[in-house]
Amino acid sequence: MTPTGSSTTIAPERTEIQAPAKQWQGQNVPRKEDKRLTQGQGVFVDDVKRHGMGYIHFVRSPYAHAHITSIDVSKAEKLKGVYGTLTGEEVASLTDPFFQLSSPPGAHVKDYALAVGKVRYVGEPIVAVVAETRELARDASELVEVEYEPLEAIVDARVALDESKPVIHEDAGSNLMWEGVFEWGSWDDAVAEADKVVKISELHFHRFNSTPLECDGAVVEYNRGVGQWTLYTNNQFPGFAQIMMGPAMRCGLDKLRFVTQDIGGAFGNKITSHPQLTVCCLLARKLNRAVNWTEWRTDFHMSMSHGNERWFLDTEVAVKNDGTLLGFRTKALDDAGAYLRYEPLGGVIWAQVTPGMYKWRNIRLEFTQIASNKAPCSPNRGYSRMQHLWFTERMIDIVAKELDLDPIEIRKRNYVKHEDMPYETPNGCIYDSGDYAKMLDVALDLIGWDQLAAKKAEAQSRGKLFGIGIGSTLDSGTNNFGQSRMINPELQFSGNNEVATVKLDIFGEIVVTLGTTPQGQGHETTAAQVVADILNCGVDDVHVRSGHDSYWNSHAGFSGTYASQFAVTGLSAVKGATEMLREQIFRLAGAVFGGVPAEALELADGGIRIKENPDAFLPFMACGAIINANNAGLPEDLDVTLNCRYVYRPPFEVPDIERKFGNLTLTYAAQIHAAAVEIDPETGHYEIVDYAAVDDCGIRIHPQIVEGQVMGATAHALGGVMHEVFEYDEEGNLLTPNFYDYHVPHALDMPPLKTGSIESPSPFTPLGTKGMGEGGGAGIHAVCSAIQDALRSKGGAIVCDSSNPYRRVWEMLESPETAGARVQVVDA
Amino acid sequence: MSDHPITVTVNGVEYERQVEARKLLIHFVRDDLDLTGSHIGCDTGNCGACSMIVNGTLVKSCMMLAVQADGATVETVEGLADGEELTPLQKSFSEHHALQCGYCTPGMLMSATALLRENPSPSEDEIKKALQGNLCRCTGYWNIFEAVKAVAR
Repeated sequence: MTPTGSSTTIAPERTEIQAPAKQWQGQNVPRKEDKRLTQGQGVFVDDVKRHGMGYIHFVRSPYAHAHITSIDVSKAEKLKGVYGTLTGEEVASLTDPFFQLSSPPGAHVKDYALAVGKVRYVGEPIVAVVAETRELARDASELVEVEYEPLEAIVDARVALDESKPVIHEDAGSNLMWEGVFEWGSWDDAVAEADKVVKISELHFHRFNSTPLECDGAVVEYNRGVGQWTLYTNNQFPGFAQIMMGPAMRCGLDKLRFVTQDIGGAFGNKITSHPQLTVCCLLARKLNRAVNWTEWRTDFHMSMSHGNERWFLDTEVAVKNDGTLLGFRTKALDDAGAYLRYEPLGGVIWAQVTPGMYKWRNIRLEFTQIASNKAPCSPNRGYSRMQHLWFTERMIDIVAKELDLDPIEIRKRNYVKHEDMPYETPNGCIYDSGDYAKMLDVALDLIGWDQLAAKKAEAQSRGKLFGIGIGSTLDSGTNNFGQSRMINPELQFSGNNEVATVKLDIFGEIVVTLGTTPQGQGHETTAAQVVADILNCGVDDVHVRSGHDSYWNSHAGFSGTYASQFAVTGLSAVKGATEMLREQIFRLAGAVFGGVPAEALELADGGIRIKENPDAFLPFMACGAIINANNAGLPEDLDVTLNCRYVYRPPFEVPDIERKFGNLTLTYAAQIHAAAVEIDPETGHYEIVDYAAVDDCGIRIHPQIVEGQVMGATAHALGGVMHEVFEYDEEGNLLTPNFYDYHVPHALDMPPLKTGSIESPSPFTPLGTKGMGEGGGAGIHAVCSAIQDALRSKGGAIVCDSSNPYRRVWEMLESPETAGARVQVVDA
Repeated sequence: MSDHPITVTVNGVEYERQVEARKLLIHFVRDDLDLTGSHIGCDTGNCGACSMIVNGTLVKSCMMLAVQADGATVETVEGLADGEELTPLQKSFSEHHALQCGYCTPGMLMSATALLRENPSPSEDEIKKALQGNLCRCTGYWNIFEAVKAVAR
């Protein structure tokens, strides 16, 4: 397929993948992290203690939308053991509103660390109380008296822009936060070529998130003498938190030192804790003592980082009778919740995977993001792409059903083909490598496709409805932050970066420092594998520091662990730094041996030697000692530090803002999932009876860790599609504020799982790797698809929601016309 | 709020402390004894990250007051390994990649330990039932089942 448009994306240069003697990469070596974590010796944020530390408790809004008419903290402050309080009024005088990423009208939103004058969602923090124990802080918070004047709450995005509705952010002037039209190719051309147009009235992607088991938290101390804060916190993107907090707190970014060791899961949900961290900083300074903020589970559910809820309205798909997909157009209506904490970046992030895995070239999407009186949305595993990929897969299955086409065949007919890789999408993204049709075959094989007829008959003999579904998705990784300019041309972000430092210490110890903030992805282990291969040593010879510390100076603006990128950004930085170190070891040894050239030397047995004379051997310990402690007499021009910092910078250009065109991510890992379900037609209760997940993330450094991510993403998707919803009532009360009401899958919920993989190395990354871990919600798509397939024989409802608890399936059985999507097929 | 003297033996060490009547066992162990291996993942007794063995019985220590543990013998994750030597279950968790972030792991290990003491040869179904009170958000549980199965006789 030739790209349309006059100019195309500049494809990244193909990287020559060097083939080092790979002793360690590709092996499932024992994880370095496990020894401490299996013994309870990890250090998570709430494990950190400081002398005289105070505990923070937030007073939170019971109203979804209300004016605050008065706040009285005097009774709380008088309680013995209470150290002090902080109110929105103080915050408004001590800080400036957080910088907004949006162009107008969202740009005008004033977002402070505590509510100022008004509350906009249930659970919004209003006052922070600090006391000598957690329990006392909670007691004292109940003595804070707040008077409200309630307002009508907006909980349905579809009415948020009605003139009769109240405006949530008066400064923005309306509930519209951001809007943009994305159009590539020509819808008219697509219709002209098509035989049919399939019209889908309304699809809805629901609100949930990954609910990491550890909630957010921080221990913050303030060094008055130098005006610096140290934040021991589980925030997963310190660079982003710093650029939000520094300007708001009127301090330099270096005044905010972020420290992390172990993080108890994050999944994107721990990116936007900057408002609470700001409160911690203000209180540590005000009270002149260290403070602990450990979020309660209910607080997390009410206020932290919900996944974007999105409607797809008036969708039309242009298709030929043989199933060739030509294009689609839709109106995406995104509910960002009460504040734009990372939003409206979701308004462009989806475009990384605009056509999904398919070859259609004519696409129009009108994106509208509104504010509502629900918790703020922020990244959640599969951020914004998951919503769009679910929509894409829904379109495929709806078209297949309406035109009576085989869901497998229509996918294979329209998948981007292996031989078309690297493939330029209509919006200029470059799919680097892959073989989707082959992955689908592997998935079908794993799920026992050839025995399906028998399985179906057997299920039917037990009175069950049987269905099978496919979810095919992409996990785009290594963002080009230049895409943020499509949201706001004023933003000065582009590209991406990550840092690693590798040094040889005085006794020859190899020490690696990362910029990332891992939450279980095994960075210490995989970094050591890469280093060990380059230095020709063992993984146990490599010490990788745990966690993140701004004082290590081994980070850059985009450092962190988010958005499927470590295997590219993090490990490429590790590779770069280790190669620098290797080169320095060669130069040092050459000088020590009296001018021996690098090509005559080799690394072996924990040192460097002359190839032709192995007795001439300099152990790493000697190298480290010479440079660090025994350097008299070294040549003056020997520029060797044995302490090498490397910044990996992926090859990106700034996208074309006008055309909304350019390469938005460097790599495209792929997942194809297949699910078989059995539905009880009387109750809507259903069970996943077979499941296969096939992954392709290029070269795998540690296949077991990759498979672990695939499993975890699958579990999140199954929880999301079957159980998990942040559901609100009409007044904006969250109905699922804890793990009783918000059911995350437990051991007995898990279906049998088979995993498979293929490896399509990325031609654009130094190690042939692709970022992975998010999985694109493939399980949600696959289960929706399987349910729709099972319902074919009973009412034929069309699945129109990503949330399908048993109740909804029962509704689709009872009233297929009203509970499912309304679909119409017209001749083109 | 009244304080009470309690004596609790945790991992073989006897502790005498004054505690508020309302203090939860998990907060006592984490905050007062500085044994931070046991974790908190919810406020409602759902997640099991705080699981401990109290007088031989598996409990969620957020569902019990510290004063109720007066005179009790408590086992936590810190007491599993014999010095540097991990238990077969701890090793198996690592070998099978049954942990990612490690936050649920201490509670998961205590539940599995309690199961294997009571039933050294559990079936897959019995393993799932024994672990259903422990939530894990990283692994999807599949590797945890494998890790426990590998240790079961």
